[in-house]
Amino acid sequence: MSEFTRREILTAFLGLPFALAACRSNSADDFPDGEIVGANVDVGHILRENRNVEVSENNWENARVAIVGGGVAGLSAAWKFQKENFDDFILLELENKIGGTAQSGKNDFIGYPWGAHYLPVPFQENTELISLLDEMNLTEGKNQNGEIVVKEQFLCREPEERVFYKGRWYEGLYLNVGASDEDKRQLGEFQKQVDFWVNWRDPKGKRAFVLPVANCSTDAEVTDLDKISFTDWLKQKGFTSERLLWYCDYACRDDYGLRLEQTSAWAGLFYFCSRVRKSGDESQSFITFPEGNGRFVNFLHEKVRDKTRLKTIALEIVPNETGVDVIYLNTETNEIRGLRCKKTIFAAPIFTTKYLIRDFRQNTPDFFQEFEHNAWFVANLFLKDRPKSQFTKDFPLAWDNVIYESPSLGYVNATHQKGIDYGQTVFTYYFPMCDGKGRAKLFGLGWKELADICLTDLSLAHKDIRELAERIDIMRWGHAMISPRPNFIWSGAREKAQKPFRHIHFAHSDLSGIALFEEAFFHGIRAAKETLRANLQG
Amino acid sequence: MNRTPLLFLNVFVIATCGLIYELVAGTLSSYVLGDSVTQFSLIIGIYLFAMGVGSWLSGFIEKNIAEKFVDIELAVAVIGGFSAPLLFFSFANLSFFSIVLYGMVFIIGTLVGLEIPLLMRILKDELDFKDLVSRVLSLDYIGALAASLLFPLFLVPKLGLTRTSLLFGMLNAVVGIWATWLLEPLIRKNVNFLRVKGFVIILLLFAAFIKADKLTSLAEDALFTDDIIYAKSSPYQRIVVTKGKTGYALFLNGNLQFNSFDEYRYHEALVHPAFAAFGANPKRVLVLGGGDGLAIREVLKYPSVENVTLVDLDPMMTELSNNLPAIANLNKNALADKRVSVINNDAYVWLDNAETEPFDVAIVDFPDPNNFALGKLYTTRFYNLLKTKLKPDSAIVIQCTSPLIARNSYWCIIKTLESAGFHVKPYQTTVPSFGVWGYALAKLEPFETPKKPPGNIELKFLNDNSFASMFEFSTDTSLPKDEEIEINRLDNQALVRYYEAEWRRFE
Ligand SMILES: Cc1cc2nc3c(=O)[nH]c(=O)nc-3n(C[C@H](O)[C@H](O)[C@H](O)COP(=O)(O)OP(=O)(O)OC[C@H]3O[C@@H](n4cnc5c(N)ncnc54)[C@H](O)[C@@H]3O)c2cc1C
Repeated sequence: MSEFTRREILTAFLGLPFALAACRSNSADDFPDGEIVGANVDVGHILRENRNVEVSENNWENARVAIVGGGVAGLSAAWKFQKENFDDFILLELENKIGGTAQSGKNDFIGYPWGAHYLPVPFQENTELISLLDEMNLTEGKNQNGEIVVKEQFLCREPEERVFYKGRWYEGLYLNVGASDEDKRQLGEFQKQVDFWVNWRDPKGKRAFVLPVANCSTDAEVTDLDKISFTDWLKQKGFTSERLLWYCDYACRDDYGLRLEQTSAWAGLFYFCSRVRKSGDESQSFITFPEGNGRFVNFLHEKVRDKTRLKTIALEIVPNETGVDVIYLNTETNEIRGLRCKKTIFAAPIFTTKYLIRDFRQNTPDFFQEFEHNAWFVANLFLKDRPKSQFTKDFPLAWDNVIYESPSLGYVNATHQKGIDYGQTVFTYYFPMCDGKGRAKLFGLGWKELADICLTDLSLAHKDIRELAERIDIMRWGHAMISPRPNFIWSGAREKAQKPFRHIHFAHSDLSGIALFEEAFFHGIRAAKETLRANLQG
Repeated sequence: MNRTPLLFLNVFVIATCGLIYELVAGTLSSYVLGDSVTQFSLIIGIYLFAMGVGSWLSGFIEKNIAEKFVDIELAVAVIGGFSAPLLFFSFANLSFFSIVLYGMVFIIGTLVGLEIPLLMRILKDELDFKDLVSRVLSLDYIGALAASLLFPLFLVPKLGLTRTSLLFGMLNAVVGIWATWLLEPLIRKNVNFLRVKGFVIILLLFAAFIKADKLTSLAEDALFTDDIIYAKSSPYQRIVVTKGKTGYALFLNGNLQFNSFDEYRYHEALVHPAFAAFGANPKRVLVLGGGDGLAIREVLKYPSVENVTLVDLDPMMTELSNNLPAIANLNKNALADKRVSVINNDAYVWLDNAETEPFDVAIVDFPDPNNFALGKLYTTRFYNLLKTKLKPDSAIVIQCTSPLIARNSYWCIIKTLESAGFHVKPYQTTVPSFGVWGYALAKLEPFETPKKPPGNIELKFLNDNSFASMFEFSTDTSLPKDEEIEINRLDNQALVRYYEAEWRRFE
C-alpha cells in the first residue's frame, strides 16, 4: 500500500497521532501471515438478490419447526426443544461454524473468541440460564442468599483489566492515576446515580435495569431516559470529568459499538446498573473461558448436533395458511431445498427479515426499519511470546487490556483464564466502527490494511508486537450488534417486532435492543416456548 | 631527574597486578567450577608456565623495546582488567567456559612473563647487573606479597572480583602511560599514539568499573554486596548466584532463595514435618517449585522413597542446579538421582492437565507471592487441583512467607488451605538469612501435630525440641484478631495484595 493512503487509512481508524507515528517508523513491511476469516461476502449478496426460487417437488422435506440462525438465540431455542423432548426440528446456519457472533476458533494450543467473550454471573431469578450453567457443570451450589456460586476456575481471574495511559499500564479500567479531587468527587457522584437506579423499584416491584431487558420496568421515569443520549444525561447531571466521560464512552463502545453521544441514556445506565445486585455490591463477576462464549455455543451445539445443518443459508421464508416453507441453499453443494414446517423460529439478525420473509420483500413493516446495526472488526493475533513490559513496575498483562488513547477496545488475552502466564498466546483485538459509514469503510479494506491498523494501534503499548505476532486473522462483522440509539429501545418497535408473524416466531437478540448473551438466550427460550405451546394446541 | 627509582616502582606495580589476575582467575574458577584445590593448582601451574613462555619469547624482541613494553602493558591492562567480567559472562553464556578460562590465564601469564625481562633490558644500561637483578627480583616478590595480602583482606570483601580486576587493569594502563614519559627518549616514534591508546583503555576500564553492576545485570545494582558468579535471564526470571563470606546464595528476580550457610534450617523445616505427619514408608513424593534441588536432597534421605517428581517452571534453573557445582554440591546432586524426574512447567498448568498416580507427600516451595503469576499458585483453585493428586492420608507442606513481616499474607495462605478442605497445622522457624519463616503442614483428614522428626534421618537442625517448638506461635505472628483475613482466590488474588502492602513497608 502506498504511504499516502496508508496514512489516510490509519488516520481514519486511529487518529492522526497514531498515523504519523506509524508512518515515521515505517514498519509497514514487517508483516506476519494471516487472512480474513468468516462467512464470505457472497452470502450477503445471495440474500440481497431476493431470489424467488422454485424448489422441485422431490427436494422438499418435512419438519415441524425450522430454526433459522445458529447463534446463541437459535441454539438456545434448540436446546430448549431438546430439553422438552421435542425433536422434530432442524436448525439452519449459514456459516461453516456454529455460534454467530459468539463463535470461537482454536489452534493446537488454545481456544480464542471471535466475538462475545464473557457472561456476567446471572442473578438467581434467571433460572433458565442458571439451569444451562448447571448443566454445563460450571456451578457449585448456592450461597446463603440463594445466588449461584460459579466455580472459581470459570470466574475471570485477577488481574481483570488494565489501561494503558501515556506510556504505562495501570490497574483497572477507570484511570485512577493523576485523578484530581474533582475527578474523584464526580466518580463518587456517578456511583451515587448508579446506586439510585440499582435500588430503584417501580410500583410493581420491578427493577429499572435488569437482564433480560424484558424484565425491566416500563415505568416512564426509567424509559424516558431512552429519549436522550448518554452524553446529554451526563451533562444534565453536571458530569464534566474527562476520565469519567472516557470511562462511560468506553462502556458504550465496548457493549454497544457506539459512542457516548450515539447511545441512549437508558442503554448507558443499563450497562452500569443491570449487573449490580444492590447498591454497594460489586458488579457480578464474569464467567469466561479462553474461547469466550464459544464455550456456550459449542456446548449447546453438542446437544443438538444431529439437528443442525451448517453451511446452509435460508433464502426465503414463505408463510402460508397452515405453516411456513423455508427454502435454503447448501453453500457447499449449491443445492436448493425446502423445508415444510408448521413453525419457524427466526433467529437471524432482524435486518435480514426484509430479504428472507416473502411478505416483507415488498412491504417491510416500519418498525423493522428501526433496527440499526453497527460494524466491528475483530483480529486474533497469534503471538510466539508475550510482549515485554517496558517498566519493571508496569501493571502486568491482564485479561482485558485497554489503550486509553485508542478508538479500539484493546485486547483480551486467551491464556489468562487457563493460568498460562508465559510463552505463546493469542490476543483478541476488538475494534468497533462507531460511525454510520463504518460498514462501507470496513469492507473497503482488505486484510493487510486491517492488520496494519491493529498492529499500529497495539505498537503504541507494545513496541515488540510486530516481532511477536506470527499470524493475524481478521473477522469483519458487518452487522455485529444492534445499536441502542436514543428512541429505539422504548419506541415500541421491539415490542411489535417480537410478535409472531404468521407462524414465524422471532428470536434474535436484536429484539432486546442490546446485544448480549442473556438477551439472545432469553429470546431463544421464549420463542421455543411459544412454538411448543402452539404445537401442543395444533 | 633520575628515572630509575620510578621504573622500579613500575616493577612493583606490574608484579602486584600480575598476581592479582592470577588470584582473580583462581578464585573465580573455584567459585563457579567448585573444587578449589584443583582450580588453584591448575591456574597457578598454567600461569607460571605461561610466564616462562613469555620470558622466553622476550628473547625474540630485538628492536623498539620501550614501545613494545608499553604495548604489552596496555595489552595486560585490557585482558587482565576485563578478565573477571569476561569470565563471568562466558560462564553464564558459553559451553566451553574452561577453554576460555585457561586460555585467558595463559595469555595473561605470557604477557606478564614478557614484562620483567623487557624492563630489565631497558634498565640494564643504568645499573650494573648485580644490582639490577637483586632489585628487580626483590621488588617483584614484594609486589606478589602485597597482592596476596590485599586480595583476601581488602579487595575481595570490599570491591568484589569484577571491580578488583578492573581496578588493576587501570593500574596496569597507568604504568603503560607513565612509561611513555619515563622512557620517552627511548621511544622512537608515535609517543602520542601510545598515550592516546593508553587513555582510551583507562577510560574504558573506568567506565566498566563505574558500571560494574550493570555489567552483570541491569537490575542487580547495589543489591548484591557479594560477588556474582552466575547471572542470566531465562524467559521466566533473572537467576543470580553469588559467593560471599557466608557462602553461596541464589537470587531469583533479586529475591533471596537460599544462602548456603543456613539453608539446611529452611529445608529441614520444610521437608521433615510432612514426612513425620505421613508416617510409614512414603514412596511417591511431589515437589512443586524448588528447582534448586535442596528440598529433594532432604527427601532423598528417606530410603522408602521410590519416585520424586519435581515440577519447576524454569529449565535454566533446574539445569543450573544440576550443573553449577556450587549448587550441585549443596544439593548432593539430587537432580541427577535416578529416582527424580524433572518436569519443566508451570505447576498450576501441570496440575490442571497431568494425569499421574497420587502422591504420598507433596512439598510446595514456590517463591513468595509477589506477582499474579505466582499468586495463582496459592489459591483455593490451586489447592483443589493439588487435592486431585493426593490420597486421603497424604501429607503436604507449603512455604508461606514470613508470618512476622507479612502476617496477613501468612494467615491468608493458611485460611485458603482450610477453605479448600485441608486440615492445617501452621508452623514457623527462624532462618537467619530470612528471619522468622512460616510454613503450613496439611492433610485432607484430621491429624495430630507430629511431635518429633522421623527417626534414623541425619539432621543438622531439627531435634525433638526444635521440632516441637516450630508449632508454637508468638503473639506478633499469630492469627490477627482484629482483622478479617480474606481467602485467596483466582478471581480476587487477595494474597498478592496483602503481600505487596506488607512487604512494601520494607522497601
Ligand atoms: C465483537 C462482538 C463482541 C461481543 N461480545 C459480547 C460479550 O462479551 N458478551 C455478550 O454477552 N455478548 C457479546 N456480544 C454480543 C453477542 O454476541 C450477541 O448478543 C449474541 O451472541 C447474539 O446471538 P444471536 O443468536 O442473537 O445472534 P447472532 O450471533 O447474530 O446469530 C445469528 C446467526 O444467524 C445466522 N444467519 C443469518 N442469516 C442467516 C440465514 N439467512 N440463514 C441461516 N443462518 C443465518 C448467522 O450466521 C448467525 O450465526 C458481542 C458481539 C460482537 C459482534
